[in-house]
Amino acid sequence: MNAEIKLMKTAAELGLAEVFARAKAALPGLAAERNAAFESFAATGLPHRRIEDWKYTDLRALMRDAKPLAAPPAEADVTRAKGLSGLAKELEARQLVFVNGMLVRELSDLEKLEPGLSIRSMSDALREGDPLIAGHQTIMAVARDNTAAALNTALMGDGALIHVAAGAVIERPLHLTIIAPNEGAAVYMRSGMTVEKGARVMLIESHRGENGADYQFNGALALQIADEAHVDHVKVIREGADALHLSTLVAEIGARVRFNNFTFTTGGKVVRNQMFVTFKGADTVAAVRGASLLRGRQHVDHTLVVDHVAPGCQSRDLFKAVLDDHARSVFQGKITVRQAAQRTDGRMMTRALLLSEHAEADNKPELEIFADNVQCGHGATTGALDEDLLFYLLARGIPRNQAEALLIESFSGEAIDGIEHAGLRDALMQRVGKWLGERA
Amino acid sequence: MPLLEVKNLHVSVDSKEILRGLDLTVNAGEVHAIMGPNGSGKSTLSYVLAGKPDYQVTQGEVRLDGEDLLSLPPDERAAKGVFLAFQYPMEIPGVATMTFLRTALNAQRKKRGEAELSTPDFIKLVRAKAASLSINQDMLRRPVNVGFSGGEKKRNEVLQMALLEPRLAVLDETDSGLDIDALKIVADGVNSLRSPDRAMIVITHYQRLLDYIVPDVVHVLSAGRVVRTGGKELALELEAQGYAQYQEEAAAAS
Repeated sequence: MNAEIKLMKTAAELGLAEVFARAKAALPGLAAERNAAFESFAATGLPHRRIEDWKYTDLRALMRDAKPLAAPPAEADVTRAKGLSGLAKELEARQLVFVNGMLVRELSDLEKLEPGLSIRSMSDALREGDPLIAGHQTIMAVARDNTAAALNTALMGDGALIHVAAGAVIERPLHLTIIAPNEGAAVYMRSGMTVEKGARVMLIESHRGENGADYQFNGALALQIADEAHVDHVKVIREGADALHLSTLVAEIGARVRFNNFTFTTGGKVVRNQMFVTFKGADTVAAVRGASLLRGRQHVDHTLVVDHVAPGCQSRDLFKAVLDDHARSVFQGKITVRQAAQRTDGRMMTRALLLSEHAEADNKPELEIFADNVQCGHGATTGALDEDLLFYLLARGIPRNQAEALLIESFSGEAIDGIEHAGLRDALMQRVGKWLGERA
Repeated sequence: MPLLEVKNLHVSVDSKEILRGLDLTVNAGEVHAIMGPNGSGKSTLSYVLAGKPDYQVTQGEVRLDGEDLLSLPPDERAAKGVFLAFQYPMEIPGVATMTFLRTALNAQRKKRGEAELSTPDFIKLVRAKAASLSINQDMLRRPVNVGFSGGEKKRNEVLQMALLEPRLAVLDETDSGLDIDALKIVADGVNSLRSPDRAMIVITHYQRLLDYIVPDVVHVLSAGRVVRTGGKELALELEAQGYAQYQEEAAAAS
């Protein structure tokens, strides 16, 4: 290896080394992979603004220290978690509850799994060397040059390992309710879902946390989607106001698949949500969308890397951010079209609505096209509420705050409307309404 | 007391004076037409009455039922009964027409201290008013004015007026962009809202609309002032002779 090993020097970098050294003996499975991942992190340290991929999210500056790993959930944590499972109930979903990063069986619905569905704890699977994990090679590759993914591989504890057999149609959405520690602790979760040919499933991940707890969450999900499957994946990030949330999605999609991905973000002090989506089979249709509503000094970064390897696929990506106060949103979107990926049709759009002159939106689009017969487009807009539209509403007697709320709802709604599940659409629109209600 | 009283109104936009001492008195039950060449200040008058920002009143006053209108924000003016039918109604993607109508009606009722309408009562009311304007259920479900034709947008404006039952309705070039059939539907809608308790100001460049909405009083606006006031026959005279003489008079006066 000729990479220069530099001495780690920030408190967070030193702290991470200490956490890893102390924890590694007890972490479940994959010791060699963990060591290699940590070394790749240690070689570079936390990324900062001179590292292109982290230009707008300077993790070295934003992550000041490394929290100790969270302890297994105590009785009080379980009680706290009981009160926080609203969305799963609204959607009548099959709920799996994780507290402090660990599966809590007594709060989880693991009974009477539909035929073709299997779910197990990731830490058990890691410990026993579950063969499904061997299929997660790509996330391991991503971890080699991505800090958040590398730290996740090094320190991953529990999560859900889900398998959906060929042709199985799982009607009830699967809902991972992920409850953060109520203190300054760190959680590293790894999940995986393998969906076999022609199967249908919806996976929702809901992140909840308390304000005032400066915990650090790092999650990763490996999604393997075989030909002709139909998969919805939705992430709802409502972390506490002082939380750091890093997450990585690695999705590999086969042929003639329908894949819909959505990320809804209202909570967290610093959020970096990175998504790597690879089109490996032909004629697949996928949409990756998101809506964020941010205030205070929240910083939310969606980084999307779409890689078209196979021909004839369509991707539709739309990220919308509503920014109040000093909030900041980042969208980095990259579409790569390989030479073999002829007839690719890729559209990526990001829109930010600034409600305050101190808010900031950064957009970085990239296109890298090696095939000659493709249609690819990027678009980005940033602006305030349209004064003429507002006047139209005011002139009808609608007070200013209500008029603004209507326009903000409609702005976010354009992205949320892309969700197929009507109940989830309504639930998220209600949360938009709640966010608006909290607006001063 | 007149329903609307405008006295010596001076209005500037971007430091350019558009209205230069406009006087206008409208009584309840009356329909006034305001005609004039392009740039005479017709649309400015409509926006100033509705309270659009960026229209700076430098002199004069506007009273609605004796009450100062200029100090109120646009939503409060609407609740007091001012309604502007826009020349170019805005498209609002993502907001269903029904939601918009109900929000507007209930906001006004609330401000006036009246109870909000329940959803079934509201739907009944909208359906009744919409039917007479040939507005179907599909239009009501769609986002406000999105994908509407010019005629549909204007019918939607009249529907809003019918629901909100304003004290003073200002129709800004409601005829623009309408074919003759759409014009008749819109005019019928407006005529059905004529009432002894209501006044209307119909702003138009052409006499054609006034064949269908027959005014009690016609004003000619030129260079930001009312330069002539007469009966409905004044509109016909303008149609025959054009605005040239008024523009010359205004140029000579300024």
